[in-house]
Amino acid sequence: MTDAPIVAVKELNHWFGTGDARKQAMFDITLSLPRGSFTVLMGPSGSGKTTLLTLVGCLRAVQDGSVRLLGRELLGAGADELTRQRQQLGFIFQAHNLHESLTAAQNVVMGAQVRPGVPDDIAQKAAARALGLVGLSDRMDYLPANLSGGQKQRVAVARALVGNPALVLADEPTAALDKDSAADVVDLLKRLGAARGTTTLLVTHDPRILDRADRILTLEDGRIVSDSGKQ
Amino acid sequence: MSRLLQWVFGRLPIGWLQLTHKRGRFAAALAGVAFANVLVFVQLGLMNSMATATLKPYGFFQADVMISAGNANALAEGNNVARQWMLQALADPDVTEGMGLFVGNVPWDRGGNEIVFTTFGIDPARPAFLAPTVSDGLHLLQVQGVAILDRLARGLPADEAAAIRPQTPLRFETLGRTLTAMSTFAGGGGFGGDGFMLVSDQTFLSLFPSRTSAAPDHILLRLRPGADVTATVARLRGVISDKTLRVRSYADAAQEDLHYQQTQRPTGVIFGFGVLIGVLVGLVIVYQVLSADVADHMREYATFKAMGYGPRFFLGIVLEEALVLGLLGFLPGLAIGTAILTLMAKVTTLPLLMTPGMAVTVFVGTVVFSALSGVIATRRLAAADPADLF
Repeated sequence: MTDAPIVAVKELNHWFGTGDARKQAMFDITLSLPRGSFTVLMGPSGSGKTTLLTLVGCLRAVQDGSVRLLGRELLGAGADELTRQRQQLGFIFQAHNLHESLTAAQNVVMGAQVRPGVPDDIAQKAAARALGLVGLSDRMDYLPANLSGGQKQRVAVARALVGNPALVLADEPTAALDKDSAADVVDLLKRLGAARGTTTLLVTHDPRILDRADRILTLEDGRIVSDSGKQ
Repeated sequence: MSRLLQWVFGRLPIGWLQLTHKRGRFAAALAGVAFANVLVFVQLGLMNSMATATLKPYGFFQADVMISAGNANALAEGNNVARQWMLQALADPDVTEGMGLFVGNVPWDRGGNEIVFTTFGIDPARPAFLAPTVSDGLHLLQVQGVAILDRLARGLPADEAAAIRPQTPLRFETLGRTLTAMSTFAGGGGFGGDGFMLVSDQTFLSLFPSRTSAAPDHILLRLRPGADVTATVARLRGVISDKTLRVRSYADAAQEDLHYQQTQRPTGVIFGFGVLIGVLVGLVIVYQVLSADVADHMREYATFKAMGYGPRFFLGIVLEEALVLGLLGFLPGLAIGTAILTLMAKVTTLPLLMTPGMAVTVFVGTVVFSALSGVIATRRLAAADPADLF
């Protein structure tokens, strides 16, 4: 059971547009992400990193090939099934995407309550614990506008991890951060992920964080051109 | 409030938190909803005042059946009715009493300030036809030239009206005659006149020499207690050979008059459209507020969508906002609407009132329309593609 990959992608192809404007963005991608791994996805702009991330993250429908997420096949999955699958994941966005009207704690509660049936009090305790883990216990009632960039991204990390997801997908989480904050956020992500057995797939252009990766995948023109962790 | 809503919804009251995050915008949104409420309140108040004003004179009389000319859509409209039909109606075993009712407008020129009284000529020897609210001093009408005046008539100073008593009557000239007001009753201005006046049929005929006692405007009939009004009306329709006449129960006559005023008369149609426009404008305002809020938070909604929140969650947020706006916008709308109607009533003496029915109707309408606007506004959320966040 523990050997089963969290993500198994096989012969994945993807196109954008229709008719004459139809353009292939992914070519025959095959990869798997084992439980607890910390994988960095690199590549130039337009190489297909984000497309792969959104396909694995159930944000786009799989058109051709196979994507198995947590043992479930995503090819042919409907919108409701994709939404349910997303509830099992943690997302970290480049611009943190915190809700400006909610405090740090409330933003993290939203990550805890995305799965149906989580009582409010349990979600709040989990949020307080998650913020404690990212070192923001003293900023729980702060609105995002009153937090620094690094603090906002740490709240985003707490929000992604609060539900103990099996997989965290992070899109350029350090792009807007200074060197120290970037290292801080990636270290947090790696440390907390390792402690919980969380698999992390992180898209980045940032060479400062490559040394933290267990595995580095490089995409170019929709194809994997290098895989440092390939057996 | 936030804790209360959290307890009610069992989740973070995101709608409330979003709305109150930018207080200036929230205040503007509430002002918009309140304005929409005020608009509807004023239009409803005007429409209701027309209904009240139309039905008010019917309340002056106590009758079971009314016979009118075929073109008498309203109390003060239409041709006359021959008195002979009253005599024929009195032959019916259930008809106990009949009275001719004369109606005409009597102007009173007060030196640049003219008051037009809708004047009823009645038989003072038949007090049973008069409601207790207007029958005070009815016996005085047996004297020629005596009138009972509407103390709430538009343009009649309250102190002057209050002073009218048999010992201190008010004399005034109108239509070349001198009338003596010896008593008053509470009527009020309407859309067809500034107030009402009661005189005897004989006094009425002296004011309108062209009219004759043989042809009143309407014939009022009273039936024996327990008589079936519908059956009596049907019998009377059978025995009255002039089929152009309208033989109706008194209650039906009042309702038909109201229906005529609301659907055939320009004022009624205008007021009806006013309410419709008020509702539509209110709907647009609420929709705009909610729609703009959804647009402002599109990126945050897309984030929630990416995290795995479904359509019901977003509908819940927008409905929560709609409910908050509907509730909190209603209260100032009610207060301002009441103030405006009270002011307008004072200026115009029209029966412009904030009734509980209006308040409940507008409140329910506001909440329902707010919710409806919220549902429409959430359609924009379908455009929020979480994949675009990456």
